[in-house]
Amino acid sequence: MADLDEPMVVDGGTGTRCEWEGRWNHVRKFLERSGPFTHPDFEASTESLQFMLDTCKILVIGAGGLGCELLKDLALSGFCNIHVVDMDTIDVSNLNRQFLFRPKDVGRPKADVAAEFINSRIPGCCVVPHCKKIQDFDETFYRQFHIIVCGLDSIVARRWMNGMLLSLLVYEDGVLDPSSIIPLIDGGTEGFKGNARVILPGMTACIDCTLELYPPQINFPMCTIASMPRLPEHCIEYVRILLWPKEKPFGDGVGLDGDDPDHIQWVYQKSLERAAEFSITGVTYRLTQACFSSLFDSAACATEVFKIASSAYIPLNNYMVFNDVDGLYTYTFEAERKENCSACSQVPQDLHFSPSSKLQEVLDYLTESASLQMKSPAITATVEGKNKTLYLQSVASIEQRTRPNLSKTLKELGLSDGQELAIADVTTPQTMLFRLSFTS
Amino acid sequence: TMAATKTSKEQRYDRQLRLWGDHGQEALENAHVCLINATATGTETLKNLVLPGIGAFTIVDGHTVSGEDVGNNTCLRLGSVLWSASVPFLVCKTYGLIGYMRLVVKEHTVIESHPDNALEDLRLDQPFAELKSHIQSYDLESMEKKDHSHTPWIIIVAKYLEKWLSEHNSQPPKNYKEKEAFRQLIRQGILKNDNDVPEDEENFEEAVKNVNTALNPTKIPTAVEDLINSEQCSNITSQSASFWVMLRAIKEFIQSEGNGSLPVRGTIPDMIADSQKFINLQNVYREKAMQDAAAVSKHVECILQSVGKVSCKNASFLRVVCCRSLAEEYSVDSVNKDEITSYMDSPDSEMVLYLMLRAVDRFYQQHSRYPGVYNYQVEEDISKLKLCVNSLLQEYSLNVNIKDDYIHEFCRYGAAEPHTVAAFLGGSAAQEVIKIISHQFVPFNNTFIYNAMSQTSATFQL
Repeated sequence: MADLDEPMVVDGGTGTRCEWEGRWNHVRKFLERSGPFTHPDFEASTESLQFMLDTCKILVIGAGGLGCELLKDLALSGFCNIHVVDMDTIDVSNLNRQFLFRPKDVGRPKADVAAEFINSRIPGCCVVPHCKKIQDFDETFYRQFHIIVCGLDSIVARRWMNGMLLSLLVYEDGVLDPSSIIPLIDGGTEGFKGNARVILPGMTACIDCTLELYPPQINFPMCTIASMPRLPEHCIEYVRILLWPKEKPFGDGVGLDGDDPDHIQWVYQKSLERAAEFSITGVTYRLTQACFSSLFDSAACATEVFKIASSAYIPLNNYMVFNDVDGLYTYTFEAERKENCSACSQVPQDLHFSPSSKLQEVLDYLTESASLQMKSPAITATVEGKNKTLYLQSVASIEQRTRPNLSKTLKELGLSDGQELAIADVTTPQTMLFRLSFTS
Repeated sequence: TMAATKTSKEQRYDRQLRLWGDHGQEALENAHVCLINATATGTETLKNLVLPGIGAFTIVDGHTVSGEDVGNNTCLRLGSVLWSASVPFLVCKTYGLIGYMRLVVKEHTVIESHPDNALEDLRLDQPFAELKSHIQSYDLESMEKKDHSHTPWIIIVAKYLEKWLSEHNSQPPKNYKEKEAFRQLIRQGILKNDNDVPEDEENFEEAVKNVNTALNPTKIPTAVEDLINSEQCSNITSQSASFWVMLRAIKEFIQSEGNGSLPVRGTIPDMIADSQKFINLQNVYREKAMQDAAAVSKHVECILQSVGKVSCKNASFLRVVCCRSLAEEYSVDSVNKDEITSYMDSPDSEMVLYLMLRAVDRFYQQHSRYPGVYNYQVEEDISKLKLCVNSLLQEYSLNVNIKDDYIHEFCRYGAAEPHTVAAFLGGSAAQEVIKIISHQFVPFNNTFIYNAMSQTSATFQL
């Protein structure tokens, strides 16, 4: 798709409607004709197309490998009101698949460039870019969308989004108001494998219900990394985890950026040195880079957006995986809701510890438990009528002040049986309430 | 600052180079792909091949040439030309919410199949000389705790296996009961402290956990056996592809230096051990693999004067994909009736979608248009399409039943090509083309059906 210098056959332009004969014929056939496999609630009409063109508002999260494909698919399927959120800027290594970007765009925000491309190429389509983190928005922003589609590359972000949509749910006398449900369609890929799923918050399995499906990141034991490396990966992890914070090669407080070639080059050189010490071969530049990111691309999600927006067919119920390493293999199943899911079950989560357990043990449980997998939880409790921060990592001064609490017992901290602990973490927009249940 | 010593192309293609390597990328850049019909599916496939760097393209679109649509007949004629020329042919079609792909390639060889879950090649049941002597160099009983706890589990299993064999008439543990007893034997080897409490020896835990796989007999996979016994392997000529020459060399290796086994793969999984013990063990396997590869190379030299790279570590995973031609699929004499009727035992199997696509093509041949394109046609075309379905089933003597609902649905589609389905198919097609060109990963054989309604798919061999 070369850059066009000559004008297109049809007039482009943000928001100006420009219909030509037969433009939406392929879409119309699914909206204006009845059929034997449609959704039981489906009624063929000419109004559905107008809804999709004029009213339906879709939010696409991520303008990377998945995001670019999604924006194109949605725009070409008749969705004209799309917002896209992505805080990243374009890197050269994106250009082999994020096709809305060109070499001249390197360094510019992905959301902006993606929106520009779609708006100028697809007449009538209006994509509004947001170069921000998803956490920069609150309920008032998310509430305006009919459907949200995620093309994210992190489980933490997915869980946050999941939590946000769950917080929008309205219950009247314990019954869920269906109009408060915003469907979440989530896709993810790596190399020749991928998955797509449909989440109806409050009704179907949510991200946290199936957290155990995501294998926890391979974390090599510290003793291996620190003193007993065997594989080239151990050497690279050593440099990343231990050497970088010690030597601060690019200045105080400068974090390792997996997309910065200078950073990667430094890690690579140091990893070679480490490997040489132990006669380990196999450290390459490419391996060094690979330890920092994963791959992306997919299209089944956009079909689900269409199905849900048009009510034309019963949506995917609810999880599809594919693996194209050997032939093409897909498997579709219904992921089940977890009865005591920490995100969507509304069942109070219990923490079972003895009063003589240290706070550190509670922290370890929150981060290591397969069903919680928190990143850096902040724990507060009401003690003697006052709100007390027991431990918080994200602000250095508070971390220092509360660190001694980690080695105190729950009893010493003044906590009692049945006490509520409020726990905040990057994996959820809302504070989670846990109930302390003392064991003898 | 230190600048990255990579060309901008390597930077751009970094993510895909991790999948198929420089040699795979080179194959893509030397390839020339021809796209026939710039439909939504066709252009999606094209975009997905331009992005990773396919070298050259030729685009042929029937509309500019003569206004003729590419129907069934053209496909068959084209198919037979390409079959004779041994040019791989991929047919793709998006029809309503159904996607269809048909791969036609006579013989596609795969050296690097990149299998997902491969078993390790440890040779514990028949340790080669160097492995035996390396194992001998360990004396578990006399080791200090630090060394004892950081001995690789492979050594541990090997040592205890020696013990077992000497006590069981050289018979390895075979059934569950014996394997359990073997695990116990290993557990007993865990050091105990002064109070007779077993120490925390993770390497011994690993040994116990890996007993099952460690005791797997070294065997040549059936797929590879078949290839070795195939005609192409027995009759090497100057025209033989390097794949077959290499396979023949491996066969000769098996019959001589290999003593009935494939060349050693040379890799071992990571395990609890100190760096030196692990590296030493790894090197034993690595060096043996290099030795075996050199032996295979000698055989190759003897078979032919010059051949390309020999890749022995992939010996277990060699694959060949041979598709039937379109002529065979369509001919009444060779149609794969069994495949069709057995899948149609479930009337909603994706096979019904394949039959409907065939019926729709038949409709086009008779009426020079597809069914239900215009709203007024939908109703009346249902009965016409049904006639096509019946004539199709009759011609091929297929005793199956196709529900009326599918006939209605395919009229409803009106040959629409919704973008999202075209995009899915375009992505899948591009991936298969990349597999064919790079000879890495395994292509499908030979008919793929995607159902966007149910988000399911199936592969048939027709």
